[in-house]
Amino acid sequence: MNLSASDVSAITLTLQLAAVTTLVLMLIATPLAWWLTHTQTRWRAAVTALVALPLVLPPTVLGFYLLVLLGPKGMIGQWMQQLGFDTLPFTFGGLVVGSVVFSLPFAVQPIANAFAAIGARPLEVAATLRASVWDRFWSVAVPLARPGFITAAVLAFAHTVGEFGVVLMLGGNIPGETRVLSVAIYDHVEALEYTQAHWLSAGLLVFSFGVLLMLGRHSGQWQRVPT
Amino acid sequence: MSTIVARFRSSLGRFELDADFSLPAHGVSALFGASGSGKTTLLRLIAGLTRAPGSLSVNGEIWQDDRTFLPTHRRALGYVFQEASLFPHLSVRGNLEYGWKRVPAGERRIRFDDVIDWLGLSALLPQAPHQLSGGQRQRVAIGRALLASPRLLLMDEPLSALDSNSRAEILPYLERLHRQLELPIIYVSHALDEVARLADTLLLIDAGKISYQGPLIEGLTRLDLPLAHRDTAGTVIDTTVISHDPAFQITQVARGNIAFELPGLHAAPGEPLRVRVAARDVSLALSAPSQTSILNLLPARILEIADDAPGQMLVRLALEDTVLLARITRKSAHALNLQPGMAVVAQVKSVAVA
Repeated sequence: MNLSASDVSAITLTLQLAAVTTLVLMLIATPLAWWLTHTQTRWRAAVTALVALPLVLPPTVLGFYLLVLLGPKGMIGQWMQQLGFDTLPFTFGGLVVGSVVFSLPFAVQPIANAFAAIGARPLEVAATLRASVWDRFWSVAVPLARPGFITAAVLAFAHTVGEFGVVLMLGGNIPGETRVLSVAIYDHVEALEYTQAHWLSAGLLVFSFGVLLMLGRHSGQWQRVPT
Repeated sequence: MSTIVARFRSSLGRFELDADFSLPAHGVSALFGASGSGKTTLLRLIAGLTRAPGSLSVNGEIWQDDRTFLPTHRRALGYVFQEASLFPHLSVRGNLEYGWKRVPAGERRIRFDDVIDWLGLSALLPQAPHQLSGGQRQRVAIGRALLASPRLLLMDEPLSALDSNSRAEILPYLERLHRQLELPIIYVSHALDEVARLADTLLLIDAGKISYQGPLIEGLTRLDLPLAHRDTAGTVIDTTVISHDPAFQITQVARGNIAFELPGLHAAPGEPLRVRVAARDVSLALSAPSQTSILNLLPARILEIADDAPGQMLVRLALEDTVLLARITRKSAHALNLQPGMAVVAQVKSVAVA
């Protein structure tokens, strides 16, 4: 393989971004999914739609709003500056924020589905056996929702590896800082370096196929009609 | 000495729940009523799984009143659901230990090994719930609830999801539970035979209202209550086995001065046996016939008489300290000129183990 140093750095950066994003997503998506499956509030539908927005919005729209919001003139950007932080756009941190928003539905939905599938009964049983709410969550809900967690983590990771639009809008193309795999491929094509583009694209293709194959075997998505 | 005192009022969709009752500190109290009458709702209110205005105290401890609502996990109860609802991610041992581990060692009221022995669970311990039969699963669920050291055991139709073989397998365990543990049990059922076999106290519920609370036998036989007018109406009598007659395959049982003979060899001499006498199997005579195929002829006194199905009457009889129900035709009642207070001979055609 003839990968250049900048290609290797793009791959490493992509994997780092995907790992950090997945970690952050699990921490956010788990309580969010729990809330969505247990709340009685009428805001539930609105929040569900909000979480699902990245599924249908063009990544450029998402990236654009995040850029405006996080930028030096944006609400969050100003607030961060007041607290003495640098603004996030065109940094690795900014990429993480963008990726988390972009992949949120891919993490929340499998976990929420898994929580919903458990139903009320096992948690009620645990309550009658002296388990507090927190205890029930860890000793019953989490183990029973494990397939959902695995699906969520794998999808979040893979989806982050494959993102392009949000990264380009929010992160730009700074080698070693924000230049991820998909952007590197774009650059190669722009520069008519088809061989390099092939190597990276084929790598991504195989990776993605492998992930989906594993996931399909593991969780039985799109199950056959029983015969 | 009631130790469970409850009062709940709430509108629950189809009907108003208005339940006010107190139950003794020991024995099985059957909560009996038709499907949809509010039995399960009442049980869930007692467990704190459903919330409605009301008050509840158990052994003097307030579980709910105007200011207090103990969450379920802080109520010392055991709950056996209609389906065993074992945790699928835990082995049988893991399921049994779930509540056990969450009770501080000093507050445990039952030994782990005793429950295992007593419910015959030792061979099942390493297995996963999905490997068990329905009856085995429900046995594990009962053990799991007992190991949480409850002061009150709630059972919501624990046999109704089982086939008749599994029911027959579990019932003896429930009877032993009743006899060996000083633990009040509220047993929800819509099967009269289960209630007759297990209960001491009866709580009748009808469209969210408690229509009777008191001793089982009174509830089964009082002529102003619906159970006495069922096709299968009858009474139960707690007796002691006196002897077996192996030649004729007859078991003799007694309660005080009254003795019964029933076909088949049941229990061992000296053991308690609850027998069931159906109203349709009791006929009345003014004096004892000399030659008859009926084994059980018992002197009784008429307590009350009431109309039953067309052409039929129900007679409630005092038999020493217990009660017998007889279903006879209106014509016979007229011919014998039966009146309350009269002495009669009850001819009991058949007695069965409850």
